[in-house]
Amino acid sequence: MKNWRDFTSPSTCLRASLGYVPAVLAIALVGYAIIAGGFFVSLTSFALIYAIFVTGLNIFMGYAGQASFGQNAFAAIGGYTSAVLTTAYNVAPVPALFIGVVAAVLCAVLVGYPTLRLKGHYLAMATLAIGLIVYEITVEWQSVTNGYMGISGIPPLGIGSFEAATDREQLILLSVLVALCMGSAWLIRQSRFGRALVALSGSEDAARALGIDVARYKLAAFIVSAVYAAVAGSLFVHIVGFVSPEVFGLNMVILGFTMLYVGGIGTITGPLVGAIVINLLPEMIRGLKEYQDLVYGAALILILIYAPGGLAALGWSKRRSTSPATTTVELRGARTQS
Amino acid sequence: MTPGSGTILETQGLSARYGEVEALRAVDIAVTEGELVAVLGPNGAGKSTLLRSIMGLTNARGTVRFRGRTLPSRDPVAVARHGIVLVPEGRGIFGPMSVAENLQLGAYQIGGRGVEFERRRTRVLTLFPRLKERLGQAAGSMSGGEQQMLAVGRALMADPQLLLLDEPSLGLAPRVTAEILETLGQLNREGLSVVLVEQKAPLALKLARRAYIMANGHVTAAVDTAEIKSHEELARFYLA
Repeated sequence: MKNWRDFTSPSTCLRASLGYVPAVLAIALVGYAIIAGGFFVSLTSFALIYAIFVTGLNIFMGYAGQASFGQNAFAAIGGYTSAVLTTAYNVAPVPALFIGVVAAVLCAVLVGYPTLRLKGHYLAMATLAIGLIVYEITVEWQSVTNGYMGISGIPPLGIGSFEAATDREQLILLSVLVALCMGSAWLIRQSRFGRALVALSGSEDAARALGIDVARYKLAAFIVSAVYAAVAGSLFVHIVGFVSPEVFGLNMVILGFTMLYVGGIGTITGPLVGAIVINLLPEMIRGLKEYQDLVYGAALILILIYAPGGLAALGWSKRRSTSPATTTVELRGARTQS
Repeated sequence: MTPGSGTILETQGLSARYGEVEALRAVDIAVTEGELVAVLGPNGAGKSTLLRSIMGLTNARGTVRFRGRTLPSRDPVAVARHGIVLVPEGRGIFGPMSVAENLQLGAYQIGGRGVEFERRRTRVLTLFPRLKERLGQAAGSMSGGEQQMLAVGRALMADPQLLLLDEPSLGLAPRVTAEILETLGQLNREGLSVVLVEQKAPLALKLARRAYIMANGHVTAAVDTAEIKSHEELARFYLA
């Protein structure tokens, strides 16, 4: 909901319009992939799975202002639960996905309760350890996970007689799920819960003084982010049909962080924009051959310099705060000052 | 409204430390219903720590009683549920959020919507009409005076029984400070109990009938503000 005063001058109107450009382009790219097909479909599918993963990370980091390097653990729990249940026990993909989510939630509660007392770097290190532990389990528990060999033959997602077997069907299904995840993230941000998360990210003491149970809300944010990660992990194995420990390694966390900051931390559309940019950029510059990595790195640095709030926050005025994108700009500014 | 006879807040032997530094040493204060009490003293006297300790935000020892009931220590959520609201030094507003969202957070206990919420919001926007023009604006982008108005307004959204106000004049122009303190006086006349911490003693003495003077974590004097007729007398209390 926007204040009409924000659009009274052509310049503010133009800036507001620019704010929507990255998200509109990202959605247009998904639409193009559905129509065009081919290799572009697979790339976009991975981007959409990551968009779900990063949306969860965004709730914990962008809204609640906490650091987690262990989100890959919940993706692994979701992915491996789906893989094992569908291949070894013939459970249908959708129930397997839900069981994976429940398992991730239980893990998040067990891990989050003691670790969320930590702050800043200590919390980041503790969550990093969780990711490493789950990775080791997927490697060592060979009787269940098949170790480095992984699990193959995982069926595609489907409900009843419908099965998203083709690339295009899977992309459409993922597009719907991403829309639902972004919609739910928006609802969370607009809710009392979302406001409390943003408040505690600003000042835990000020939030407590308002009657906000900071510890409980941090745990809740951690659990919600674990749900998104588990869904992403499960979707990944059903789309690819295979899972191995490397899929959910530390690289997933690094990619997730990059997507979040490039897209726009604290914004609704940032995770989608970031996931698409980070997935498609290497393919777009593949023709540069030996200069590819150099250009890729330079592009990321330029984005972070000229769009410090992320691409999704471009064009939003710092004075307005009704947009989640603006919230991010202010949020970063406030943290820098503190 | 004249202050009632009942005691709304009482601290006994309230002490707090920051590491090796003893910031508060066995502080006893009392506030009666509907009273505005000032807490004065130089920088580092322990005034802010006193308010934070009442709120349960420090590892304080001692007793805090609210209407005769002992408040739990180190539990600001429980303290807030009793109707005690702190407007911290530096305002403590949430800069990235809009003015409207800050007000919603003030009414966090009732969910930030509904008939009661609207009633409280209308009252706050009547007291601070400038906030009405800024509802969609990021709170951090407002002027210092407007931010202080928002901080007080957000506190009022909780429908407080007792307002703890820490240095509301900090960094503000005299005219804006006067405007905010005038509103505070109005709220007190309507029956709101207030503990006002202020370094600019003359401002606080205009509103308060009683004042506690603090230095080095102690309460050094409890005075009737009517007794203080001049700067010299005030200085005498400070030096004492």
